[in-house]
Amino acid sequence: MSNTILRVEKLKKSFELSNGFFEKKKTIQAVSDVSFEIQKGETFSLVGESGCGKSTTGRLISRLLEPTEGSIWIDGMEVSNKKESQLKQMRQSVQMIFQDPYASLNPRMKVKEIIAEPLTIHTNLSTSERQKKVLEILEVVGLSEYHSERYAHEFSGGQRQRIGIARALIMKPQLIIADEPVSALDVSIQSQILNLLKDLQREYGISYLFISHDLSVVEHISDNIGVMYLGAIVESGPKDTVFANPQHPYTKALLSSVPVANPRLRKEKIILKGDIPSPKNPPSGCTFHTRCPFAMDICKKEKPKRQQLQEENHFASCHLLDQ
Amino acid sequence: MNSVSIDKNEKTVSMQPKYSPVKEFWKNFRKQKVAFIASVFVLLLILVAILAPYIAPFDPYKPNYDALLEPPSKSHLAGTDEYGRDILSRLIMGTRISLSVSFASVFLGMILGTILGLMSGYFGGWLDRIIMRSSDVLFSFPDLLLAIAIVAILGPGLNNVIIAVTVFGIPSFARLVRGATLEAKENTYVEAAKSMGAPHRRIMYKHIFPETVSSLIIFVTMRIGTAILAASSLSFLGLGASPETPEWGVMLSTGRDYLGTASHVVIVPGIAIFLTVLAFNLIGDGLRDVLDPKTKND
Amino acid sequence: MTKKLLQVEELQTEFTRDKQKTRILHGVNFHINEGEVLGLVGESGCGKSLTSLSIMRLFQGTTGEITNGNIYFNDSNLVNLSDYEMRKLRGKQMAMIFQDPMTSLNPVMKIGKQLTEPIRVHLKLNKSEAREHAIAMLTKVGIARPDEIVDEYPHQLSGGMRQRVMIAMAMSCNPNLLIADEPTTALDVTIQAQILELMKKLQKEEKMSILLITHDLGVVAEMCDRVVVMYAGKVVEEASVYDLFENPKHPYSKGLIASVPKLGEKKDKLDSIKGNVPNPSNMPKGCKFAPRCNMAMPICHEQEPACLAIENDRLCSCWLYELETR
Repeated sequence: MSNTILRVEKLKKSFELSNGFFEKKKTIQAVSDVSFEIQKGETFSLVGESGCGKSTTGRLISRLLEPTEGSIWIDGMEVSNKKESQLKQMRQSVQMIFQDPYASLNPRMKVKEIIAEPLTIHTNLSTSERQKKVLEILEVVGLSEYHSERYAHEFSGGQRQRIGIARALIMKPQLIIADEPVSALDVSIQSQILNLLKDLQREYGISYLFISHDLSVVEHISDNIGVMYLGAIVESGPKDTVFANPQHPYTKALLSSVPVANPRLRKEKIILKGDIPSPKNPPSGCTFHTRCPFAMDICKKEKPKRQQLQEENHFASCHLLDQ
Repeated sequence: MNSVSIDKNEKTVSMQPKYSPVKEFWKNFRKQKVAFIASVFVLLLILVAILAPYIAPFDPYKPNYDALLEPPSKSHLAGTDEYGRDILSRLIMGTRISLSVSFASVFLGMILGTILGLMSGYFGGWLDRIIMRSSDVLFSFPDLLLAIAIVAILGPGLNNVIIAVTVFGIPSFARLVRGATLEAKENTYVEAAKSMGAPHRRIMYKHIFPETVSSLIIFVTMRIGTAILAASSLSFLGLGASPETPEWGVMLSTGRDYLGTASHVVIVPGIAIFLTVLAFNLIGDGLRDVLDPKTKND
Repeated sequence: MTKKLLQVEELQTEFTRDKQKTRILHGVNFHINEGEVLGLVGESGCGKSLTSLSIMRLFQGTTGEITNGNIYFNDSNLVNLSDYEMRKLRGKQMAMIFQDPMTSLNPVMKIGKQLTEPIRVHLKLNKSEAREHAIAMLTKVGIARPDEIVDEYPHQLSGGMRQRVMIAMAMSCNPNLLIADEPTTALDVTIQAQILELMKKLQKEEKMSILLITHDLGVVAEMCDRVVVMYAGKVVEEASVYDLFENPKHPYSKGLIASVPKLGEKKDKLDSIKGNVPNPSNMPKGCKFAPRCNMAMPICHEQEPACLAIENDRLCSCWLYELETR
């Protein structure tokens, strides 16, 4: 049995955008080239700025969206070509945690109903058996029975996110896709949730696909990371390697842009010029060339290939590496 | 399972009173004075409708040729009609007929319209297009004209009035629910339910339908007023209840010949229709202020 | 001695809802020196944004009102100014930029028109002069093709560009004080770096003071000279940026700084502060942080600590130090 829980190969997703009645339909390449693997019990983070396609990738893997091309393997089974009715197994072993702890919990349901929902869908447990499981899981995420009889909107953001985690956890999933799970929370609460996620991983051997724009959070939680820019992973590898020795100019700039919480470490930053281009109209060649400080002629014409770098599992796509 | 050591930091139990949506609703609805009075009136009407045979002072069908077109007096509080029948008793029986016709047609229309609207909004695509285009067709007829056409095809009678009023209610309900569905569908918790593998029926019933309930309640109350008017109009035109039935529209219709000589024959049922429709609309307004704060104060 | 530009004393602000008054600011004290960047940090609900709105007196459409305290700005007490005098001050001597530039720009008005309006009012320039001034301001904030941008609408610009326009608008009358409320929170990191760089550059060139309100300690460390930490409507600590990050005194500041994951730092478990921010309508007795504090003593739950100077230029409101200094 292989140790890979998730394998994604050459994933692509394009959306059709109709611009009114007379204009030609436009396609947006939300995800243009994403490949990575997650091992069991490991955290892989997708990091990037808005519009880079990291959330879309998460939704493709959880099959909330249909991939246009490419394949997704979960625990050795290809799920990208299956119909919803064939996904029962996967719907139990893959769960999601969402960014907004306010919008992701139904305000008209009691906490116990919210947490028990996966059980209601996938099992035939009696109400009292479900109740027992809910109480168990509440204890695990640091809530108590008191919380189960109330509505989610009676709680603070951190507590709501714990409820969301409890819901994801109740089916004992193998993989949790966490889409910006802490970015709506205050720092002191954020660290509580991050610690909880790490503890749960240690205890139950869950793998995480962690989607975030916050590099400091990503560095803290991940084993491996993939840096995305305009729909493609431009650099990926073990966390320590990528953070200590970034190879792609975008990764370098991104790392340098993060404000450091230490006033003695104020340093010259690599300030990228211009804005992130719109995925509606992506630049030719390497999509980063419009903002890259090292752009060459070839960057405008040719898409760089993904290359294996010196260290194991460290990949990057940049023409500079050819020289 | 309990071996995990996780800081149970947030177990700060605050002693706030338990939140209950029903209590919250009552607290706010009682503040709507006009709507509250209107709903007391409607409750009275419903009570009258239920107890009609017991509280009607006379037999509403039995003619009394000694007391034709008598003005209101001690014995006949609302006077008598052209056959000497007690108008108050007919009014009381008519409450039962008018309310049951309008309730039945509105609820039927609501159930069918809600199902169609939910499916249309949730699935989208060709199903949405078929449902919405068909309701556009129904919409393009003036309300009453459509009902007249339906009754004309089915033949007169109270049951057919119910069907006619139901049919012209369906597209409005479908459109309302579809709009609410489209909005509710965008909630992340709907996406969350999908990611758990919840079947469509469950998502529609548990996650989307509850979001449409408050607008449905408002619309239903408003709609009942309209349905009473429509049913009375059909009866007035001779397409509804038979002439001897104590239905408000029929009473208006048969009484209009005596408008000059014995105006109470027309005025009394007219006021009944007016007050009832007004009461339902006022309740609807009040409910909207309570249930739909977005449209408040405009 | 550096001159104080703005001094806030015992500021109390309340909101009324259902005839019930809820106090959000419980006596806020701090000052900003001339030419200084002061950071105002805290978590959501601590009253940091409301402090800025109280200074600007931007309460339109809300029930907020200042119920106590003084705000001295350039020797006049803002609390005593009439609405008209306040209007004359706003935009000219102090200006503000907000978190979401899209909601603070009028979507149906061209950028140029929105920029020239305050310029014409405050600097008394005519139409073409104002337009020139606006274009000059846009150039200053690093907008390419400023002469075309003035004729565009806000939705045609990206988030970073809009924030640059907001900065241009705020800077157009050379204010002494710029209040920036979470100016980069809605932006991506690489764009945030651009905007912070721009603000630093403008601050140096114009020698103005900035009140930077943020929850991001990284931004504070990058930008500020001094920091004020707020918790539940009160200032709990005030210190220079170096002192605060190297040696935080108040348990809340300590917890806050320790709970941020930092790049390059290897820690298996993050420190965190237990519990949640208290609800303004249901504040704990005594020190408001006591229920979440690891070092709380019996007195903390009884009485509120005073804000004391514990070292040079450092203030901290905590019983730990109060007992020490006695």
